Amino acid sequence: MLNIPCPFCGQRNESEFAYGGPVKPDRPQPDKVSNDQWVDYLTQVPNPLGPVEERWWHVKGCGTWLTIWRDTRTHDIVEEPGDAG
Amino acid sequence: MQNYSIASLIRHGLNKHTGWSRAWRSPPIKDSYDVIVIGAGGHGLATAYHLAKEHGITNVAVLERGWLGGGNIARNTVTIRSNYMRDASIPFYVKSVEMYENLTRALNFNLMHSKRTMVDVVQTYPKMRELRRRQLTMDIYGSTYEQISEPELRRRIPALTGGGPNSRLPIIGGMVHTDAGVNRHDAVAWGYARAIDSMGVEIHQQTAVQSLMRNSNGAIEGVETNRGTIRAKKVAVAVSGHTTTLTETAGLTLPLRTMNLTAFVSEPIKPLVDVVVNCPDSGFYFSQSDKGELVIGGAPDPGQSFRRDIKQHVFEDTVTAMLSLFPSFKKLKLMRQWGGHLDIAHDASPIMDETDVSGLFITAGWWGGYKAIPAGGLTLAHLIATGQRHPLMAQFSLDRFRHLDYIMESGTTTAR
Ligand SMILES: Cc1cc2nc3c(=O)[nH]c(=O)nc-3n(C[C@H](O)[C@H](O)[C@H](O)COP(=O)(O)OP(=O)(O)OC[C@H]3O[C@@H](n4cnc5c(N)ncnc54)[C@H](O)[C@@H]3O)c2cc1C
Ligand SMILES: [Zn+2]
Repeated sequence: MLNIPCPFCGQRNESEFAYGGPVKPDRPQPDKVSNDQWVDYLTQVPNPLGPVEERWWHVKGCGTWLTIWRDTRTHDIVEEPGDAG
Repeated sequence: MQNYSIASLIRHGLNKHTGWSRAWRSPPIKDSYDVIVIGAGGHGLATAYHLAKEHGITNVAVLERGWLGGGNIARNTVTIRSNYMRDASIPFYVKSVEMYENLTRALNFNLMHSKRTMVDVVQTYPKMRELRRRQLTMDIYGSTYEQISEPELRRRIPALTGGGPNSRLPIIGGMVHTDAGVNRHDAVAWGYARAIDSMGVEIHQQTAVQSLMRNSNGAIEGVETNRGTIRAKKVAVAVSGHTTTLTETAGLTLPLRTMNLTAFVSEPIKPLVDVVVNCPDSGFYFSQSDKGELVIGGAPDPGQSFRRDIKQHVFEDTVTAMLSLFPSFKKLKLMRQWGGHLDIAHDASPIMDETDVSGLFITAGWWGGYKAIPAGGLTLAHLIATGQRHPLMAQFSLDRFRHLDYIMESGTTTAR
Protein backbone atom coordinates (compact mmCIF):
# COMPACT_ATOMS: atom_id res chain seq x y z
CA MET A 1 0.00 0.00 0.00
CA LEU A 2 1.38 3.40 -0.93
CA ASN A 3 1.54 6.25 1.54
CA ILE A 4 0.94 9.24 -0.71
CA PRO A 5 1.92 12.76 0.36
CA CYS A 6 -0.98 15.18 -0.21
CA PRO A 7 0.08 18.83 -0.09
CA PHE A 8 -3.02 19.64 2.00
CA CYS A 9 -3.66 16.51 4.07
CA GLY A 10 -0.16 15.09 4.60
CA GLN A 11 0.69 11.39 4.19
CA ARG A 12 -2.49 9.49 3.37
CA ASN A 13 -3.27 5.88 2.55
CA GLU A 14 -3.43 4.94 -1.16
CA SER A 15 -7.00 3.69 -0.71
CA GLU A 16 -8.15 7.35 -0.46
CA PHE A 17 -6.79 8.11 -3.93
CA ALA A 18 -7.72 7.35 -7.51
CA TYR A 19 -4.87 6.67 -9.92
CA GLY A 20 -4.63 9.20 -12.74
CA GLY A 21 -1.98 7.60 -14.93
CA PRO A 22 1.54 8.62 -15.86
CA VAL A 23 2.28 12.22 -16.74
CA LYS A 24 2.50 12.61 -20.50
CA PRO A 25 4.32 15.28 -22.43
CA ASP A 26 2.23 18.39 -23.15
CA ARG A 27 -0.48 17.83 -25.72
CA PRO A 28 0.91 19.07 -29.03
CA GLN A 29 -0.98 21.47 -31.27
CA PRO A 30 -2.66 19.04 -33.70
CA ASP A 31 -1.93 21.32 -36.66
CA LYS A 32 1.75 21.67 -35.77
CA VAL A 33 2.88 18.02 -35.67
CA SER A 34 3.27 15.16 -38.14
CA ASN A 35 0.89 12.18 -38.14
CA ASP A 36 3.55 10.03 -36.46
CA GLN A 37 4.13 12.53 -33.67
CA TRP A 38 0.39 12.92 -33.13
CA VAL A 39 -0.15 9.14 -32.97
CA ASP A 40 2.78 8.74 -30.59
CA TYR A 41 1.23 11.33 -28.33
CA LEU A 42 -2.12 9.52 -28.40
CA THR A 43 -0.84 5.98 -27.84
CA GLN A 44 2.43 6.14 -25.88
CA VAL A 45 3.32 6.82 -22.27
CA PRO A 46 6.71 6.82 -20.58
CA ASN A 47 7.44 3.27 -19.32
CA PRO A 48 10.64 3.63 -17.29
CA LEU A 49 12.35 0.89 -15.30
CA GLY A 50 12.80 3.33 -12.42
CA PRO A 51 11.08 6.52 -11.32
CA VAL A 52 7.89 7.43 -13.22
CA GLU A 53 5.97 10.68 -12.77
CA GLU A 54 2.29 10.05 -12.15
CA ARG A 55 -0.95 11.78 -11.19
CA TRP A 56 -3.19 10.88 -8.28
CA TRP A 57 -6.56 12.31 -7.27
CA HIS A 58 -7.30 12.62 -3.55
CA VAL A 59 -10.90 11.78 -4.28
CA LYS A 60 -11.83 10.49 -0.80
CA GLY A 61 -9.95 13.36 0.85
CA CYS A 62 -9.59 17.00 -0.10
CA GLY A 63 -10.19 16.43 -3.81
CA THR A 64 -6.91 17.82 -5.13
CA TRP A 65 -4.90 16.38 -8.00
CA LEU A 66 -1.22 15.88 -7.26
CA THR A 67 1.91 14.52 -8.91
CA ILE A 68 4.49 12.14 -7.46
CA TRP A 69 7.57 10.31 -8.67
CA ARG A 70 7.31 6.58 -7.94
CA ASP A 71 9.99 3.96 -8.63
CA THR A 72 8.38 1.21 -10.73
CA ARG A 73 10.90 -1.36 -9.42
CA THR A 74 10.17 -0.85 -5.72
CA HIS A 75 7.00 1.33 -5.54
CA ASP A 76 8.94 3.74 -3.30
CA ILE A 77 7.84 7.34 -3.66
CA VAL A 78 10.97 9.38 -4.41
CA GLU A 79 11.79 13.09 -4.50
CA GLU A 80 12.99 13.43 -8.06
CA PRO A 81 13.43 11.38 -11.24
CA GLY A 82 17.11 10.73 -10.49
CA ASP A 83 16.42 9.09 -7.13
CA ALA A 84 16.48 5.33 -7.07
CA GLY A 85 13.96 3.83 -4.70
CA MET B 1 16.39 -36.85 -28.37
CA GLN B 2 15.71 -39.60 -25.86
CA ASN B 3 12.09 -40.66 -26.33
CA TYR B 4 9.83 -40.51 -23.27
CA SER B 5 7.28 -43.33 -23.04
CA ILE B 6 5.93 -45.89 -20.63
CA ALA B 7 8.42 -48.42 -22.07
CA SER B 8 11.40 -46.12 -21.55
CA LEU B 9 10.20 -45.38 -18.02
CA ILE B 10 10.14 -49.08 -17.19
CA ARG B 11 13.49 -49.73 -18.92
CA HIS B 12 15.25 -46.91 -17.08
CA GLY B 13 13.49 -47.86 -13.86
CA LEU B 14 15.10 -51.29 -14.04
CA ASN B 15 18.50 -49.52 -14.27
CA LYS B 16 17.71 -47.38 -11.23
CA HIS B 17 17.10 -44.35 -13.48
CA THR B 18 20.81 -43.86 -14.20
CA GLY B 19 20.40 -43.93 -17.99
CA TRP B 20 18.52 -40.69 -18.59
CA SER B 21 20.35 -38.08 -20.63
CA ARG B 22 20.10 -34.33 -20.11
CA ALA B 23 17.04 -32.79 -21.75
CA TRP B 24 19.07 -29.96 -23.33
CA ARG B 25 22.74 -29.05 -23.74
CA SER B 26 24.68 -26.01 -22.50
CA PRO B 27 26.95 -25.49 -25.53
CA PRO B 28 29.67 -22.82 -25.74
CA ILE B 29 28.35 -19.52 -27.08
CA LYS B 30 29.27 -18.45 -30.64
CA ASP B 31 29.99 -14.99 -32.08
CA SER B 32 27.09 -15.02 -34.49
CA TYR B 33 23.86 -16.78 -35.42
CA ASP B 34 21.24 -16.50 -38.15
CA VAL B 35 18.61 -15.52 -35.60
CA ILE B 36 18.84 -14.44 -31.97
CA VAL B 37 15.73 -14.84 -29.82
CA ILE B 38 15.87 -12.83 -26.59
CA GLY B 39 13.97 -14.47 -23.74
CA ALA B 40 13.48 -18.17 -22.99
CA GLY B 41 9.86 -17.81 -21.92
CA GLY B 42 6.98 -19.43 -23.75
CA HIS B 43 6.97 -17.09 -26.72
CA GLY B 44 10.73 -17.13 -27.28
CA LEU B 45 10.96 -20.92 -27.06
CA ALA B 46 7.90 -21.50 -29.27
CA THR B 47 9.25 -19.09 -31.88
CA ALA B 48 12.56 -20.97 -31.97
CA TYR B 49 10.63 -24.25 -32.21
CA HIS B 50 8.70 -23.21 -35.31
CA LEU B 51 11.75 -21.57 -36.91
CA ALA B 52 13.51 -24.93 -36.68
CA LYS B 53 10.59 -27.22 -37.34
CA GLU B 54 8.73 -25.51 -40.19
CA HIS B 55 11.45 -23.37 -41.71
CA GLY B 56 14.62 -25.39 -41.10
CA ILE B 57 16.33 -22.41 -39.44
CA THR B 58 18.41 -23.98 -36.68
CA ASN B 59 21.44 -21.68 -36.38
CA VAL B 60 19.50 -19.92 -33.64
CA ALA B 61 20.41 -18.82 -30.11
CA VAL B 62 17.81 -18.25 -27.42
CA LEU B 63 19.33 -15.89 -24.86
CA GLU B 64 17.90 -15.86 -21.35
CA ARG B 65 19.12 -13.62 -18.57
CA GLY B 66 17.83 -15.90 -15.78
CA TRP B 67 16.91 -19.53 -16.18
CA LEU B 68 14.68 -20.87 -18.92
CA GLY B 69 11.02 -20.90 -18.02
CA GLY B 70 11.60 -18.68 -14.98
CA GLY B 71 9.71 -15.61 -16.15
CA ASN B 72 5.98 -15.10 -16.46
CA ILE B 73 5.53 -18.58 -17.89
CA ALA B 74 6.41 -19.83 -14.39
CA ARG B 75 4.12 -17.28 -12.72
CA ASN B 76 0.87 -17.50 -14.58
CA THR B 77 -2.39 -19.26 -13.70
CA VAL B 78 -2.44 -21.40 -16.88
CA THR B 79 -5.95 -20.59 -18.07
CA ILE B 80 -6.17 -21.48 -21.76
CA ARG B 81 -9.27 -20.14 -23.53
CA SER B 82 -10.49 -18.47 -26.72
CA ASN B 83 -13.46 -16.36 -25.57
CA TYR B 84 -12.24 -13.06 -26.98
CA MET B 85 -14.18 -10.22 -28.54
CA ARG B 86 -12.67 -9.18 -31.88
CA ASP B 87 -12.56 -10.82 -35.30
CA ALA B 88 -8.78 -10.45 -35.30
CA SER B 89 -8.40 -12.21 -31.95
CA ILE B 90 -10.81 -15.15 -31.86
CA PRO B 91 -9.36 -17.27 -34.73
CA PHE B 92 -5.84 -16.71 -33.36
CA TYR B 93 -6.79 -18.01 -29.91
CA VAL B 94 -8.92 -20.84 -31.34
CA LYS B 95 -5.81 -22.02 -33.21
CA SER B 96 -3.63 -21.68 -30.12
CA VAL B 97 -6.01 -23.69 -27.93
CA GLU B 98 -6.15 -26.39 -30.64
CA MET B 99 -2.35 -26.50 -30.88
CA TYR B 100 -2.05 -26.88 -27.10
CA GLU B 101 -4.37 -29.89 -27.20
CA ASN B 102 -1.94 -31.69 -29.53
CA LEU B 103 1.30 -30.38 -28.04
CA THR B 104 1.96 -33.24 -25.60
CA ARG B 105 2.29 -35.56 -28.58
CA ALA B 106 4.19 -33.10 -30.76
CA LEU B 107 6.81 -32.42 -28.07
CA ASN B 108 6.81 -35.95 -26.59
CA PHE B 109 6.47 -34.27 -23.20
CA ASN B 110 3.47 -34.70 -20.90
CA LEU B 111 1.89 -31.27 -20.50
CA MET B 112 -0.91 -32.73 -18.33
CA HIS B 113 -3.37 -30.85 -20.48
CA SER B 114 -6.82 -30.80 -18.92
CA LYS B 115 -9.64 -29.44 -21.08
CA ARG B 116 -11.94 -28.75 -18.20
CA THR B 117 -14.21 -25.84 -19.26
CA MET B 118 -14.38 -22.31 -17.89
CA VAL B 119 -17.54 -21.00 -16.30
CA ASP B 120 -18.23 -17.27 -15.92
CA VAL B 121 -20.32 -16.16 -12.97
CA VAL B 122 -22.28 -13.12 -14.17
CA GLN B 123 -23.61 -10.56 -11.68
CA THR B 124 -24.49 -7.52 -13.80
CA TYR B 125 -26.58 -6.99 -16.93
CA PRO B 126 -23.91 -4.99 -18.80
CA LYS B 127 -21.53 -7.94 -18.39
CA MET B 128 -24.24 -10.38 -19.45
CA ARG B 129 -24.94 -8.34 -22.60
CA GLU B 130 -21.24 -8.15 -23.39
CA LEU B 131 -20.76 -11.91 -22.98
CA ARG B 132 -23.80 -12.64 -25.14
CA ARG B 133 -22.29 -10.40 -27.79
CA ARG B 134 -18.99 -12.28 -27.54
CA GLN B 135 -20.93 -15.53 -27.87
CA LEU B 136 -22.42 -14.43 -31.20
CA THR B 137 -19.03 -13.40 -32.61
CA MET B 138 -17.23 -16.47 -31.27
CA ASP B 139 -19.84 -18.63 -32.96
CA ILE B 140 -18.51 -17.50 -36.35
CA TYR B 141 -15.09 -18.97 -35.56
CA GLY B 142 -16.24 -22.18 -33.89
CA SER B 143 -15.36 -21.20 -30.34
CA THR B 144 -17.86 -22.36 -27.73
CA TYR B 145 -19.84 -20.09 -25.43
CA GLU B 146 -23.19 -21.00 -23.97
CA GLN B 147 -25.48 -19.41 -21.46
CA ILE B 148 -26.67 -21.31 -18.38
CA SER B 149 -29.20 -20.40 -15.69
CA GLU B 150 -28.35 -19.51 -12.11
CA PRO B 151 -29.59 -22.87 -10.69
CA GLU B 152 -27.55 -24.74 -13.30
CA LEU B 153 -24.52 -22.61 -12.40
CA ARG B 154 -24.88 -23.49 -8.73
CA ARG B 155 -25.33 -27.15 -9.60
CA ARG B 156 -22.05 -27.15 -11.53
CA ILE B 157 -20.13 -25.24 -8.85
CA PRO B 158 -21.53 -26.39 -5.48
CA ALA B 159 -19.08 -24.22 -3.51
CA LEU B 160 -20.72 -21.13 -5.03
CA THR B 161 -23.07 -20.31 -2.13
CA GLY B 162 -22.81 -16.48 -2.10
CA GLY B 163 -24.36 -13.99 -4.53
CA GLY B 164 -27.94 -14.78 -3.42
CA PRO B 165 -30.99 -12.52 -3.97
CA ASN B 166 -30.18 -10.31 -0.96
CA SER B 167 -26.52 -9.70 -1.78
CA ARG B 168 -25.19 -6.50 -3.31
CA LEU B 169 -24.67 -8.12 -6.73
CA PRO B 170 -26.98 -11.15 -7.01
CA ILE B 171 -25.91 -13.75 -9.56
CA ILE B 172 -27.87 -13.50 -12.82
CA GLY B 173 -26.55 -16.53 -14.65
CA GLY B 174 -23.47 -18.06 -16.18
CA MET B 175 -21.59 -18.59 -19.41
CA VAL B 176 -19.83 -21.85 -20.25
CA HIS B 177 -16.73 -22.03 -22.45
CA THR B 178 -16.05 -25.73 -22.99
CA ASP B 179 -12.87 -25.17 -25.05
CA ALA B 180 -11.03 -23.82 -22.00
CA GLY B 181 -8.50 -25.79 -20.02
CA VAL B 182 -5.35 -25.75 -17.96
CA ASN B 183 -1.99 -27.50 -18.20
CA ARG B 184 1.45 -27.56 -16.62
CA HIS B 185 3.50 -24.45 -17.34
CA ASP B 186 6.93 -25.89 -16.51
CA ALA B 187 6.31 -28.75 -18.89
CA VAL B 188 5.50 -26.32 -21.70
CA ALA B 189 8.83 -24.52 -21.23
CA TRP B 190 10.83 -27.71 -20.77
CA GLY B 191 9.07 -29.54 -23.60
CA TYR B 192 9.82 -26.77 -26.10
CA ALA B 193 13.40 -26.42 -24.79
CA ARG B 194 14.11 -30.13 -25.21
CA ALA B 195 12.59 -30.16 -28.70
CA ILE B 196 14.53 -27.15 -30.00
CA ASP B 197 17.77 -28.38 -28.48
CA SER B 198 17.40 -31.66 -30.35
CA MET B 199 16.97 -29.74 -33.62
CA GLY B 200 20.22 -27.83 -33.02
CA VAL B 201 18.98 -24.58 -31.50
CA GLU B 202 21.17 -23.34 -28.63
CA ILE B 203 19.72 -22.11 -25.34
CA HIS B 204 22.04 -19.85 -23.35
CA GLN B 205 20.88 -19.18 -19.80
CA GLN B 206 22.44 -16.51 -17.56
CA THR B 207 22.93 -14.43 -20.70
CA ALA B 208 21.36 -10.99 -20.30
CA VAL B 209 21.00 -8.74 -23.31
CA GLN B 210 22.02 -5.24 -22.26
CA SER B 211 21.44 -3.41 -25.51
CA LEU B 212 20.54 -3.86 -29.16
CA MET B 213 23.14 -3.00 -31.82
CA ARG B 214 22.38 -1.28 -35.13
CA ASN B 215 24.68 -0.97 -38.12
CA SER B 216 25.37 2.20 -40.11
CA ASN B 217 22.22 1.66 -42.19
CA GLY B 218 20.15 1.50 -39.04
CA ALA B 219 19.40 -2.22 -39.38
CA ILE B 220 19.85 -4.62 -36.49
CA GLU B 221 23.33 -6.09 -36.21
CA GLY B 222 23.30 -8.02 -32.96
CA VAL B 223 23.18 -7.65 -29.21
CA GLU B 224 25.47 -6.68 -26.35
CA THR B 225 25.30 -9.15 -23.47
CA ASN B 226 27.04 -9.76 -20.17
CA ARG B 227 28.99 -12.44 -22.11
CA GLY B 228 30.05 -10.14 -24.93
CA THR B 229 28.80 -9.16 -28.37
CA ILE B 230 26.71 -11.62 -30.36
CA ARG B 231 25.80 -10.86 -33.95
CA ALA B 232 22.75 -11.72 -36.04
CA LYS B 233 20.86 -10.06 -38.88
CA LYS B 234 17.56 -11.01 -37.28
CA VAL B 235 16.76 -10.48 -33.61
CA ALA B 236 13.43 -11.28 -31.96
CA VAL B 237 12.60 -9.62 -28.64
CA ALA B 238 10.39 -11.95 -26.54
CA VAL B 239 11.03 -10.54 -23.07
CA SER B 240 7.49 -9.96 -21.77
CA GLY B 241 7.43 -6.87 -19.55
CA HIS B 242 10.88 -5.62 -20.51
CA THR B 243 10.18 -4.92 -24.18
CA THR B 244 10.47 -1.14 -23.93
CA THR B 245 13.56 -1.35 -21.70
CA LEU B 246 15.31 -3.16 -24.55
CA THR B 247 13.83 -1.41 -27.59
CA GLU B 248 14.74 1.98 -26.11
CA THR B 249 18.38 0.98 -26.56
CA ALA B 250 17.69 0.89 -30.31
CA GLY B 251 15.97 4.29 -30.21
CA LEU B 252 12.43 2.94 -30.51
CA THR B 253 9.41 3.94 -28.46
CA LEU B 254 6.34 1.69 -28.38
CA PRO B 255 2.71 1.90 -27.23
CA LEU B 256 3.35 -0.44 -24.29
CA ARG B 257 3.30 -0.05 -20.54
CA THR B 258 4.38 -2.57 -17.92
CA MET B 259 2.04 -3.63 -15.15
CA ASN B 260 1.95 -6.08 -12.29
CA LEU B 261 -0.40 -9.07 -12.28
CA THR B 262 -0.57 -11.39 -9.29
CA ALA B 263 -1.79 -14.72 -8.00
CA PHE B 264 -1.90 -16.73 -4.79
CA VAL B 265 -2.64 -20.33 -3.83
CA SER B 266 -4.39 -22.06 -0.96
CA GLU B 267 -3.39 -25.15 0.91
CA PRO B 268 -4.26 -28.35 -0.98
CA ILE B 269 -7.78 -29.61 -0.41
CA LYS B 270 -9.86 -32.51 -1.78
CA PRO B 271 -11.34 -32.08 -5.27
CA LEU B 272 -13.92 -29.30 -5.01
CA VAL B 273 -14.13 -27.45 -8.34
CA ASP B 274 -13.63 -29.21 -11.68
CA VAL B 275 -13.81 -26.13 -13.93
CA VAL B 276 -12.01 -22.80 -14.16
CA VAL B 277 -14.29 -20.33 -12.35
CA ASN B 278 -14.20 -16.75 -13.60
CA CYS B 279 -16.08 -13.96 -11.80
CA PRO B 280 -15.62 -10.88 -13.98
CA ASP B 281 -18.03 -8.63 -12.08
CA SER B 282 -16.33 -9.34 -8.76
CA GLY B 283 -12.81 -9.34 -10.22
CA PHE B 284 -11.26 -12.72 -9.52
CA TYR B 285 -10.92 -16.22 -10.98
CA PHE B 286 -9.58 -19.55 -9.80
CA SER B 287 -9.09 -23.20 -10.61
CA GLN B 288 -7.96 -26.20 -8.61
CA SER B 289 -4.57 -27.68 -9.40
CA ASP B 290 -3.87 -31.40 -9.59
CA LYS B 291 -2.21 -31.08 -6.18
CA GLY B 292 -5.50 -29.75 -4.81
CA GLU B 293 -4.50 -26.12 -4.27
CA LEU B 294 -6.87 -23.39 -5.34
CA VAL B 295 -4.94 -21.14 -7.73
CA ILE B 296 -6.47 -17.66 -7.46
CA GLY B 297 -5.94 -14.54 -9.53
CA GLY B 298 -7.39 -11.07 -9.33
CA ALA B 299 -7.38 -7.73 -11.09
CA PRO B 300 -4.05 -5.97 -11.70
CA ASP B 301 -2.73 -2.97 -9.83
CA PRO B 302 -3.44 0.02 -12.10
CA GLY B 303 -0.04 1.73 -11.95
CA GLN B 304 3.07 0.80 -13.89
CA SER B 305 5.19 -1.74 -12.07
CA PHE B 306 8.18 -4.02 -12.53
CA ARG B 307 7.65 -5.75 -9.20
CA ARG B 308 7.21 -9.48 -8.80
CA ASP B 309 5.08 -9.66 -5.68
CA ILE B 310 1.53 -8.76 -4.73
CA LYS B 311 0.41 -5.43 -3.29
CA GLN B 312 -1.37 -5.84 0.02
CA HIS B 313 -4.53 -4.00 -1.04
CA VAL B 314 -4.79 -5.92 -4.34
CA PHE B 315 -4.55 -9.10 -2.29
CA GLU B 316 -7.18 -7.93 0.22
CA ASP B 317 -9.59 -6.78 -2.51
CA THR B 318 -9.31 -10.12 -4.29
CA VAL B 319 -9.86 -12.12 -1.11
CA THR B 320 -12.86 -9.94 -0.13
CA ALA B 321 -14.44 -10.43 -3.56
CA MET B 322 -13.84 -14.17 -3.43
CA LEU B 323 -15.36 -14.58 0.03
CA SER B 324 -18.52 -12.74 -1.02
CA LEU B 325 -19.24 -15.51 -3.56
CA PHE B 326 -17.45 -18.42 -1.84
CA PRO B 327 -17.91 -17.79 1.91
CA SER B 328 -16.68 -21.29 2.82
CA PHE B 329 -13.19 -20.41 1.52
CA LYS B 330 -12.78 -18.34 4.68
CA LYS B 331 -11.38 -21.45 6.34
CA LEU B 332 -8.64 -21.93 3.75
CA LYS B 333 -5.04 -21.18 4.58
CA LEU B 334 -3.23 -19.29 1.85
CA MET B 335 0.25 -20.63 1.18
CA ARG B 336 2.06 -18.50 -1.41
CA GLN B 337 1.64 -15.26 -3.32
CA TRP B 338 3.58 -13.83 -6.23
CA GLY B 339 3.39 -11.47 -9.18
CA GLY B 340 4.81 -10.93 -12.61
CA HIS B 341 5.28 -7.86 -14.73
CA LEU B 342 3.74 -7.86 -18.18
CA ASP B 343 3.53 -5.25 -20.86
CA ILE B 344 0.14 -4.28 -22.19
CA ALA B 345 -0.45 -2.38 -25.41
CA HIS B 346 -2.62 0.68 -25.78
CA ASP B 347 -5.55 -1.44 -27.02
CA ALA B 348 -4.79 -4.49 -24.81
CA SER B 349 -4.00 -6.69 -27.84
CA PRO B 350 -0.61 -8.22 -28.65
CA ILE B 351 1.95 -6.77 -31.02
CA MET B 352 3.92 -9.16 -33.26
CA ASP B 353 5.82 -7.36 -35.94
CA GLU B 354 9.07 -6.30 -37.50
CA THR B 355 9.83 -2.85 -36.10
CA ASP B 356 11.06 0.27 -37.88
CA VAL B 357 14.55 -1.12 -37.21
CA SER B 358 15.05 -3.57 -40.07
CA GLY B 359 15.60 -7.12 -38.78
CA LEU B 360 14.31 -6.34 -35.28
CA PHE B 361 11.13 -8.24 -34.41
CA ILE B 362 9.01 -7.95 -31.30
CA THR B 363 6.40 -10.15 -29.72
CA ALA B 364 4.91 -8.10 -26.90
CA GLY B 365 1.80 -6.92 -25.17
CA TRP B 366 1.11 -10.45 -23.97
CA TRP B 367 -1.19 -9.63 -21.13
CA GLY B 368 -2.93 -13.03 -21.10
CA GLY B 369 -0.29 -14.56 -23.27
CA TYR B 370 0.21 -18.06 -21.87
CA LYS B 371 -2.71 -19.36 -23.91
CA ALA B 372 -1.15 -17.69 -26.96
CA ILE B 373 2.25 -19.38 -26.82
CA PRO B 374 1.76 -22.05 -29.56
CA ALA B 375 0.10 -19.73 -32.10
CA GLY B 376 2.40 -16.86 -31.14
CA GLY B 377 5.46 -18.99 -31.91
CA LEU B 378 3.94 -20.34 -35.13
CA THR B 379 3.11 -16.92 -36.54
CA LEU B 380 6.19 -14.99 -35.42
CA ALA B 381 8.48 -17.70 -36.84
CA HIS B 382 6.57 -17.42 -40.12
CA LEU B 383 7.20 -13.67 -40.24
CA ILE B 384 10.88 -13.98 -39.33
CA ALA B 385 11.51 -16.77 -41.83
CA THR B 386 9.45 -15.57 -44.81
CA GLY B 387 9.09 -11.82 -44.29
CA GLN B 388 5.34 -12.30 -44.75
CA ARG B 389 2.75 -11.88 -42.03
CA HIS B 390 0.99 -15.14 -41.19
CA PRO B 391 -2.76 -14.65 -41.84
CA LEU B 392 -3.60 -15.39 -38.19
CA MET B 393 -1.37 -12.57 -36.94
CA ALA B 394 -2.16 -10.17 -39.76
CA GLN B 395 -3.78 -7.49 -37.67
CA PHE B 396 -1.51 -7.67 -34.62
CA SER B 397 0.86 -5.24 -36.29
CA LEU B 398 2.51 -2.05 -35.09
CA ASP B 399 0.93 -0.37 -38.07
CA ARG B 400 -2.52 -0.51 -36.54
CA PHE B 401 -1.61 2.27 -34.11
CA ARG B 402 -0.58 4.49 -37.01
CA HIS B 403 -4.18 4.40 -38.21
CA LEU B 404 -5.73 4.32 -34.75
CA ASP B 405 -7.21 1.03 -35.95
CA TYR B 406 -7.26 -0.59 -32.52
CA ILE B 407 -8.15 -4.19 -31.66
CA MET B 408 -9.81 -3.30 -28.37
CA GLU B 409 -9.62 -6.27 -26.04
CA SER B 410 -9.72 -4.47 -22.71
CA GLY B 411 -12.48 -6.20 -20.81
CA THR B 412 -11.77 -9.65 -22.18
CA THR B 413 -8.65 -10.04 -20.05
CA THR B 414 -8.14 -9.49 -16.34
CA ALA B 415 -7.18 -5.89 -17.25
CA ARG B 416 -10.57 -4.32 -16.95
C1 LIG C 1 -0.03 -13.79 -12.09
C2 LIG C 1 -0.16 -14.03 -13.56
C3 LIG C 1 -1.23 -14.79 -14.04
C4 LIG C 1 -1.36 -15.02 -15.42
N1 LIG C 1 -2.38 -15.83 -15.83
C5 LIG C 1 -2.50 -16.14 -17.15
C6 LIG C 1 -3.51 -17.06 -17.57
O1 LIG C 1 -4.26 -17.61 -16.75
N2 LIG C 1 -3.61 -17.32 -18.91
C7 LIG C 1 -2.79 -16.73 -19.83
O2 LIG C 1 -2.95 -16.99 -21.01
N3 LIG C 1 -1.79 -15.88 -19.45
C8 LIG C 1 -1.63 -15.57 -18.13
N4 LIG C 1 -0.63 -14.71 -17.72
C9 LIG C 1 0.21 -14.07 -18.74
C10 LIG C 1 1.37 -14.94 -19.23
O3 LIG C 1 2.10 -15.44 -18.14
C11 LIG C 1 2.28 -14.12 -20.13
O4 LIG C 1 1.54 -13.39 -21.08
C12 LIG C 1 3.28 -14.97 -20.89
O5 LIG C 1 3.91 -15.90 -20.06
C13 LIG C 1 4.31 -14.04 -21.52
O6 LIG C 1 5.10 -14.67 -22.46
P1 LIG C 1 6.44 -15.51 -22.13
O7 LIG C 1 6.07 -16.83 -21.61
O8 LIG C 1 7.25 -15.48 -23.36
O9 LIG C 1 7.10 -14.59 -20.99
P2 LIG C 1 8.26 -14.90 -19.93
O10 LIG C 1 8.15 -16.26 -19.38
O11 LIG C 1 8.24 -13.75 -18.97
O12 LIG C 1 9.56 -14.85 -20.83
C14 LIG C 1 10.36 -13.71 -21.05
C15 LIG C 1 11.78 -14.07 -20.70
O13 LIG C 1 12.65 -13.03 -21.12
C16 LIG C 1 13.71 -12.95 -20.19
N5 LIG C 1 14.36 -11.64 -20.33
C17 LIG C 1 13.87 -10.42 -19.97
N6 LIG C 1 14.75 -9.46 -20.26
C18 LIG C 1 15.83 -10.07 -20.81
C19 LIG C 1 17.09 -9.60 -21.31
N7 LIG C 1 17.41 -8.31 -21.30
N8 LIG C 1 17.98 -10.51 -21.81
C20 LIG C 1 17.67 -11.83 -21.83
N9 LIG C 1 16.50 -12.33 -21.37
C21 LIG C 1 15.60 -11.46 -20.87
C22 LIG C 1 13.02 -13.16 -18.85
O14 LIG C 1 13.95 -13.55 -17.86
C23 LIG C 1 12.00 -14.24 -19.18
O15 LIG C 1 12.47 -15.54 -18.92
C24 LIG C 1 -0.45 -14.46 -16.35
C25 LIG C 1 0.63 -13.71 -15.87
C26 LIG C 1 0.79 -13.49 -14.49
C27 LIG C 1 1.96 -12.70 -14.01
ZN1 LIG D 1 -5.71 15.81 0.29
